[in-house]
Parts: sequence; C-alpha cells; structure tokens
Amino acid sequence: MIEIGAALPAHTFTINRELLKAYADASGDQNPIHQNEEFAVSVGLPNVIAHGMLTMALVGKYVTDWAGGSGNVTHYGARFIKPVIVPANTDVDLTVTAVISSVENGLITLDLTATSGGVKVLGMAKAVVKK
Amino acid sequence: MLNPDSVGRTFEGANSITVTQSEIDSFCAVIGETDTTVAPPTFSIRISLEQSQSILSDPTVGLDWTRVVHGDQKFEIFSPIKGGDTLSCSSTIESYRVAAGNEIVTVRSDLKSGSEIALSSWSTLVVRA
Repeated sequence: MIEIGAALPAHTFTINRELLKAYADASGDQNPIHQNEEFAVSVGLPNVIAHGMLTMALVGKYVTDWAGGSGNVTHYGARFIKPVIVPANTDVDLTVTAVISSVENGLITLDLTATSGGVKVLGMAKAVVKK
Repeated sequence: MLNPDSVGRTFEGANSITVTQSEIDSFCAVIGETDTTVAPPTFSIRISLEQSQSILSDPTVGLDWTRVVHGDQKFEIFSPIKGGDTLSCSSTIESYRVAAGNEIVTVRSDLKSGSEIALSSWSTLVVRA
C-alpha cells in the first residue's frame, strides 16, 4: 500500500572482503582502507571499512528493486555517519528498511535506514522514486 | 588549505567520457542487479569523483586529496545513464567551511550529454586536519 507512513519489508545484504574487492574494481576506488587491514589500522581505523559508496549502492539496489528498476529513481542521497567494518573472513550484514514519507505528483519519497551489526551507518538517507 | 577564490568556481572537464556497457555490467554484478539496460543510481560516482578529482587537483584550488573523507553524497538523476552515452563533466565548488580544523567542501558535478543535463551530484568532502 503506497501511503505515508507505510513501511517496506526489510532486506539484508551481505558484505565481505571479496565484495569490497569487487566494488573497488567496478568503481575504480582502490583506496587501501577498503582492502588492506594493516593500512586501515595505520590511519586510525578499527579494521578495513566498506566504501561508503558501496553501502549507498546496495541501499540503492533495495530502492530500485522496490521502484521497479534503476530508471525510476530521480533523487538519492545519504550521509556517511559510521563506517561498515569488515574483518577478514567474515560476512557482515547491511540491513535496510524504509518508510514512505511523501507521496506527491507520482513521486514517492522513501526515508531509508541502513544498519550493520545494529549500528546505523547512513544518516538522512532518502530516495525519490517514480512508481 | 583550499584557496578561497575557488569557491563558486566551475571547472570544465577536459575530455568527455564514453560509458561502456561492460562498466555498467560490472557495477551491476557487484550489487546483484540483473537489469543492465540503465546504470544503477550511484554508478555515476565512478565518473564524477574521478573527473572532479582531476579537475580540482588544479594547483590553484589547493585541495589536498590525500586527506579527503567522503561526508555525504546526493544525486539528482534527470536521465539515467546508458551504455554508449558520451558525457561531459563540470565541477563546481559550491561551499567551503572549516570546522574543528577540518575543511568541509561541497562539490557539485554535472554530467551532460551534449547540452542536456543527465545528472547532478553533490559530494561533501571532509579534508581531515
């Protein structure tokens, strides 16, 4: 039901080091903080962290699945508030939920929540879709 | 430190970029997207960050890219990107402030196909003290 306040079903993505490598290759972002534990720790991080844009890409996939395709998204934005920490040989979760916050002129705004290990990783995450 | 004269300036990318279907396919594969007819909403970061990085590395700008952390990101998509599209990129430094010694810079990148704008994106970059 498309009405203000309606919640969309949650979806959980799996993030691991293999996915970080694949995203680095597909996006061109080879920053070692996303692949090399020693380097990540040397710059003060707890461990390797996921690319913020990988998190956004996966949350974007959640949005486009609901919207019926990548072509139906007109606006999408988020703030990176906490890193998704990805230890070696470990699958970590990225759990996404959404609430419809506006329905206007055929455009639906989703307020998105993304957590990893129970910690909120994106702030002010919103997408506007045509549906 | 960023040169204050850079704020409000728009830098045109030197070259246009042709998006290949295989780049879109690779990006889709990572996120499990099977429909590759148009690029996913965040695909353009691949183009805009690289372009704005090269544009804003102009020594008159003074942005130190080695200490940059991505603070937030926003996209406005007018026309989804497809394989074979040729796009030009311009980047504008929209705002700049210093907070707790960190420089906070908002860069808008516009991707155009000919004279038509396909996509605008805003990246807030934090240059760590």
